[in-house]
Amino acid sequence: MVSTSNMEIKTAVIDGMVTPLEGEKNLLELIRKANVELPTFCYHSDISVYGACRMCMVEVEGRGIVPACSTPIAPNMVVKTNTKQIRNMRKMILELMLASHDQSCTTCPKSDECKLQKLSRKMGITKVRFKQMNAKCAIDDSSPSIVRDPGKCVLCGDCVRVCKEIQSVGALDIANRGAHAKVTPFFGQALSKVECVNCGQCVKICPVGALMPKYNINEVWDAIHDSSKTVVVQIAPAVRVALGEYFGQRPGALSTGKITAALRMIGVDKVYDTCFSADLTIIEEASEFLDRFTKGEKLPQFTSCCPAWVKFAEQNYPELLNNLSSCRSPQQMFSSLAKDKLTKDLNISRENLVVVSVMPCTAKKYEAARPEFSVRGNRDTDIVLTTKELALMMKERGIEFDKIEPASFDMPFGFKTGAGVIFGASGGVGEAVLRYASAKLTPDAPVVDFKQVRGADGIKTTEVNLGPAKIRVAVVSGLANARKLVEKVKAGEEYYDIIEVMACCGGCVNGGGQPVPTHEPNAVQERAKGLYADDRTMLFRNSGENPYLQKLYADEMTHEKAHELFHTEYETKPRITRPDMLLFEGRNEVKKLNLKICFGACCVSRGAQELYQNVAAYLRERDVIEDTIFTASFGGATCQNGPVFEINGKKINACTFKKAKTAIDKIIK
Amino acid sequence: MTDKALVKFDRVCEILDKHGRNPHMLIKILQEIQEEYKYLPEEIMMYIATALDISPAFAYGVATFYSHFTLQPKGKNIIKVCDGTACHVKKSEEIINALESKLGLSKEKHTTDDTLFTLETVACLGACGIAPVVVLNDEVHGAMNKEKVISLIDKIKAEELANAQS
Repeated sequence: MVSTSNMEIKTAVIDGMVTPLEGEKNLLELIRKANVELPTFCYHSDISVYGACRMCMVEVEGRGIVPACSTPIAPNMVVKTNTKQIRNMRKMILELMLASHDQSCTTCPKSDECKLQKLSRKMGITKVRFKQMNAKCAIDDSSPSIVRDPGKCVLCGDCVRVCKEIQSVGALDIANRGAHAKVTPFFGQALSKVECVNCGQCVKICPVGALMPKYNINEVWDAIHDSSKTVVVQIAPAVRVALGEYFGQRPGALSTGKITAALRMIGVDKVYDTCFSADLTIIEEASEFLDRFTKGEKLPQFTSCCPAWVKFAEQNYPELLNNLSSCRSPQQMFSSLAKDKLTKDLNISRENLVVVSVMPCTAKKYEAARPEFSVRGNRDTDIVLTTKELALMMKERGIEFDKIEPASFDMPFGFKTGAGVIFGASGGVGEAVLRYASAKLTPDAPVVDFKQVRGADGIKTTEVNLGPAKIRVAVVSGLANARKLVEKVKAGEEYYDIIEVMACCGGCVNGGGQPVPTHEPNAVQERAKGLYADDRTMLFRNSGENPYLQKLYADEMTHEKAHELFHTEYETKPRITRPDMLLFEGRNEVKKLNLKICFGACCVSRGAQELYQNVAAYLRERDVIEDTIFTASFGGATCQNGPVFEINGKKINACTFKKAKTAIDKIIK
Repeated sequence: MTDKALVKFDRVCEILDKHGRNPHMLIKILQEIQEEYKYLPEEIMMYIATALDISPAFAYGVATFYSHFTLQPKGKNIIKVCDGTACHVKKSEEIINALESKLGLSKEKHTTDDTLFTLETVACLGACGIAPVVVLNDEVHGAMNKEKVISLIDKIKAEELANAQS
């Protein structure tokens, strides 16, 4: 026992080394503090402890072999992490995992980052003593964003917990048990049919290739090799501070110029910047906000740049859809502008202009595929690449990242202000709106830095005084945080004028299409710092000052045109797409009553079940059961006015039993 | 059929209400729903998850974890043949084979097309003294053999036929 003065420091002994206890959460954290890197698949400090993979087994004197991640620390513990028994055990566990793993490693897209592969190598596994057991599993590539390959799953449950705990979505869970256990959506349905918001946080956390972004690399090559196509690329802000990590750069290092040069080498015709359309988004969105703020309507205004948040809102909060900014995201604003203006400037058809976007995000692939972002069957954004896909293309093209000379963007869509750059970090959109509002409301002393909305916290709130106006701002990242805040706002416990929501913790710099940091614990913050540093170097830092946008609005942008190109509408979406459920069908051939009730989450929370029960009792009372067919749907188009009840094709919104009874009486009397 | 179906979904509502639509009562709710339907239909599971405000994938995970729950429709008569050690030694396998060929079932197919019978193999029922044991609709039959079990099936079939004709 080490003791200093009167204060006794509690300690434990890790592999013979006395280690002070300083409030570590569990034994694993303590062991890591003692510079022993215990292997693990299922331990992540930001989600709950699961203890499934058994890789972090250690020997605790007097207690035998325990998993370090789920063992609380006690003073004077004596721990051994490297006994013969433990080493053998770890190896055997890995071999068992490999025996039930689809080992198509050479063609697996995860190969260079696979934790199973890395650990097997580290543990010196050169052969698997067990019979290969993996049954061929069907790959689910129904989603535009994510490919699920269950044959590679090691059942660590990381995806399940990140989806449930960080995003509060819960699209995946572990079904069955023992040898039959598997990660799956509800009843094994396709990922595209369930409540998955495509954020890709599961992809980022998956240690193996069981969850991967859907690659669209070949489509880009095809377009480049097709001489009839003009290929233009837009690059999102968060990409420039992360892509370099694939080439050994530190997180946050800015590589805008190198990426631009590399894209030209790859063979694209024009390289533009999504930050330009981020400025455009701010002009539209901040104007929309100032209008709502002055009129005091549709507040709080929620941002709408994040497609995962938009789908989440459409599934969970139909009553708030009017509060979402009607602005399209910077990706979609860029593309609709490009397909409108560039086609005219270059005198080519929409079909021959291929707009490729490079995004830190898997959900952007889903966003680009939304039907409202197409004109006559031709998409505004033709192809979306994640940061990783662009890095792979650069490697395939044989680009030496270290040696390539930086180049600059093409104009005019390559010019941006600092406000467009910070979009990539949580708080950036909020700050950009405030910069714009400040220049409008206090033109004599405009403020550019709103540091109170920066940083890694999941929920940031502040009050900003701009002249006579007091604006209450909230910035959230992580959908579980968003849900928490929205519930408070709905309950009237908290009030804000504008709320920025990003689905990924820390914003787009931590998107599902970004590199997975292996050795840098603060990678996400470092990337955000890189963006704020870039912002400080910009000539203009308020989107309203972007001269190319000023020209665009002065020369060719009418209010109507802007509305058509830059705004959108939202619709409620069912969490799970599935056929209607037959509640009952009467025996009489001719059905006088064809009834349908919505059993979507919102309608149920507003009393759809009670309505059903009352109606069913009334049908029995009036003895018309045999003349009735009664079905239920799981979510519909007008859930914001739930409960929705349909009688012979006629929809009754906000239906009460009284309304339903009157309508039924009219038909059966 | 009408009244029955109606009663069934009404029972779902009743069961949910009885447990205060409390997500912590999920297992109890699923048990009672299974008593009504003899299995857990997908759309009812979807409705339960919605009413309890839990993720449907989670409800599916719970329902598939416990072997008590079944997601496949079961027959009207449930035959459980014990294949624990004692029963196995006393030739329970012969009984299983006889039932499978009599009912047109297999290791993969457990329920007859007319949904009259479901055959299940279970581990020890704790009645090793009267092995081999067959449980037919919660009634325990000890010291069974091929002939005895087939005559039990024939008896039920005859009853069903009589019921259908009356």
